Amino acid sequence: MKKKQGEGLSTETGHIDYTGKKMGMWFFLFTEILFFGGMFLLYSIFRYKYAQDFHASAAEENIVLGTINTAVLLTSSLTIALSIAAMKKGKKDSSCYLQLATVLMGAAFLVIKYFEWGAKISIGIYPNSPVLLALGKGEILFFGLYYVMTGLHGLHVLVGVIVISFMLYFTRRETINQENYARLENTGLYWHFVDIVWIYLYPLFYLIT
Amino acid sequence: MVSEGMGDVTAGFYERTKKYRWVIAEWMMSTDHKRIGVMYLIALLSFFSVGVVMGFIIRLSLLAPGWLADQQTYNEFFTIHGVIQIFLFIIPGIPVAFGNIFLPILIGAKDVAFPKVNRLSWWLYVTGAVLVFLSVFIHGRPPDTGWTFYAPYSIQTPANISTAVMGVFVLGFSSILTGLNFVTTIHRLRAPGMGWFRMPAFSWTLYATGWVQMLATPVLAITLLFIFLGRFLGVGFFDPTKGGDPILYEHLFWMYSHPAVYIMVLPAMGIISEVVPVFSRRSLFGYVAVCMSALGIAIVGYAVWGHHMFTSGMSDTARVIFSFVTFLVAVPSGIKIFNWVSTLYKGSIQVDAPLLFAISFIFLFSIGGLTGLIIGALATNLHLHGTYFIVGHFHYVMFGGAGFSIIAGLHYWFPKITGRMYDERFAKLGWLNLFVGFNILYFSMFVLGFLGMPRRYFDYPPQYHAGHVISTMGSWFLAIGLVIIFANLIRSIFKGERAPMNPWGGKTLEWTIPSPLPRENFQEIPVITRGPYSYEEEAR
Repeated sequence: MKKKQGEGLSTETGHIDYTGKKMGMWFFLFTEILFFGGMFLLYSIFRYKYAQDFHASAAEENIVLGTINTAVLLTSSLTIALSIAAMKKGKKDSSCYLQLATVLMGAAFLVIKYFEWGAKISIGIYPNSPVLLALGKGEILFFGLYYVMTGLHGLHVLVGVIVISFMLYFTRRETINQENYARLENTGLYWHFVDIVWIYLYPLFYLIT
Repeated sequence: MVSEGMGDVTAGFYERTKKYRWVIAEWMMSTDHKRIGVMYLIALLSFFSVGVVMGFIIRLSLLAPGWLADQQTYNEFFTIHGVIQIFLFIIPGIPVAFGNIFLPILIGAKDVAFPKVNRLSWWLYVTGAVLVFLSVFIHGRPPDTGWTFYAPYSIQTPANISTAVMGVFVLGFSSILTGLNFVTTIHRLRAPGMGWFRMPAFSWTLYATGWVQMLATPVLAITLLFIFLGRFLGVGFFDPTKGGDPILYEHLFWMYSHPAVYIMVLPAMGIISEVVPVFSRRSLFGYVAVCMSALGIAIVGYAVWGHHMFTSGMSDTARVIFSFVTFLVAVPSGIKIFNWVSTLYKGSIQVDAPLLFAISFIFLFSIGGLTGLIIGALATNLHLHGTYFIVGHFHYVMFGGAGFSIIAGLHYWFPKITGRMYDERFAKLGWLNLFVGFNILYFSMFVLGFLGMPRRYFDYPPQYHAGHVISTMGSWFLAIGLVIIFANLIRSIFKGERAPMNPWGGKTLEWTIPSPLPRENFQEIPVITRGPYSYEEEAR
């Protein structure tokens, strides 16, 4: 830490320990990486074991919806980054619009995901379903991983959408402002993390055919 | 927080702030690290007592198998005993109690970096504890899988595994937040002049522990979630009929749970590193080595999980590597032991209760550590893995290690937390019973295990009877010891003499402020100009 010692005493002067807050967020993201890491570990082991089945199952994924979702999420990452840049320049209104755009795109991602899952469930492919259990072991595992990994990722997207909505509210009320935007920046970090997880999920489930 | 301490500057931290009508609300809503720490401490010791009673009953039942508990009840008892002692007591243990109360003070800060997150972490801990206890009392059978929740049994058993697993999941989240908070605190809130190598060793161990909490616990979280999903949705990652693999569960579980033993024992070593210098009036010998070995243990500790699975089915190459790395991790522990002993050497030793417990820690942890090498070696492990030898080793490191250190810390910091002195004679009497009982109870387990007594069995052939009777008798002494120790401490809260600011002649910052702790840690943030244990400098 290059900062002068004692400078971080937030209770001392009432000033906000910007570096400390960001550090806490990065630590939290480390834990998130390890959380998803457990799933990626299982994926790699099962894929190694059942390479053929994984290859075949991935063909059943809807690559169009998957690609649209990737585009939506990547764009939302751009808008949240721009909203932070706008906040730094003190442009409250454009920051608000960009945050709103992020929320809408996050919601759109979830809606698309809903239709994707819905289509699979309607043809009887969901964990422990008779149709799925009749398939090969690798396929059972592939779709098990598909539901668990995209499901937990979706949960993170949902949390992100809710948190960004709060940030939007805070920005409107100006408790987030040009001097004090650590919360918004941390939310941005979280949103980029959610995005990065998807960047790995997309090839692993849609592109490996 | 500034707002909480605006009034009376001489007020103790436990005095009412009148912010809420109810005392309990005032404490539960408090973001003061000292209050949160004290609440944790009370909760931990309560759960510890429940766990001890369960262990006591397990031992009683083994006097004559079946007279007290049938097989199913026995399984449930050792499961709940394990879950409580591991997840509710010893993993959160020292960081959340002593860490919360003293870390900010030791580094000269007003509070932790994120006081509200700290409070959230406490609420999560309470929630997790409620869930764990619900799993015992709600309709259906209490968990009977052992504290490890091994698949596939944990997915198939009709017992209330889901509730217990959710409880542990929530506790894990609480643990992550505490670790994150402490690491950030140590990075950001050290007082002016408090360089990294002027921090007391306890803060260093909390720093290493914080990293392990952050980097290991999420793996447990996802693993437990798989159990949960397996039970509710039939996702079969650990179910061979669905292509899964139960061994994977063991890998994922121990990937967390081995580093977790360092979550338990690293801060314990920190307490010992505080107590030993104070009671021998010498600087901590090899201070830098002690601090660095904490980091060393934390790092190497990640790469040894496989030694829990030598008999589970793993390639020979993997087993040899895991065995080798297990030997490596003993090195930094050894460094610490030698440094503590060297600190005592030629010191002006004052044998008060905290030092007695600390020295017992060194002795018991050495036995625990050395027997760990016996079972860390491949060939002997195959013979001893499924036996009482493991139970003995485990209790020597966990109870003899972390447990004794918590009791040492309890006596050492008792005057600072409560503002009273405990009764030294009863403390020593309690120690004697505890120490003797402990060794009878757990050393006979080494012998039993070496003779082949399998662990987790409710029944045994007659040739093990004598060993079991001796072990059970040890548990009586141990229980008497604990009763004396805690009765003494509880009585002293009300009847003890008023404690002075610095009863032990300690050099760290907590001894420069009043006993009991004031609401505001420091009237003025101290400027640090010396190392943490400057006994020699002073003598010159």
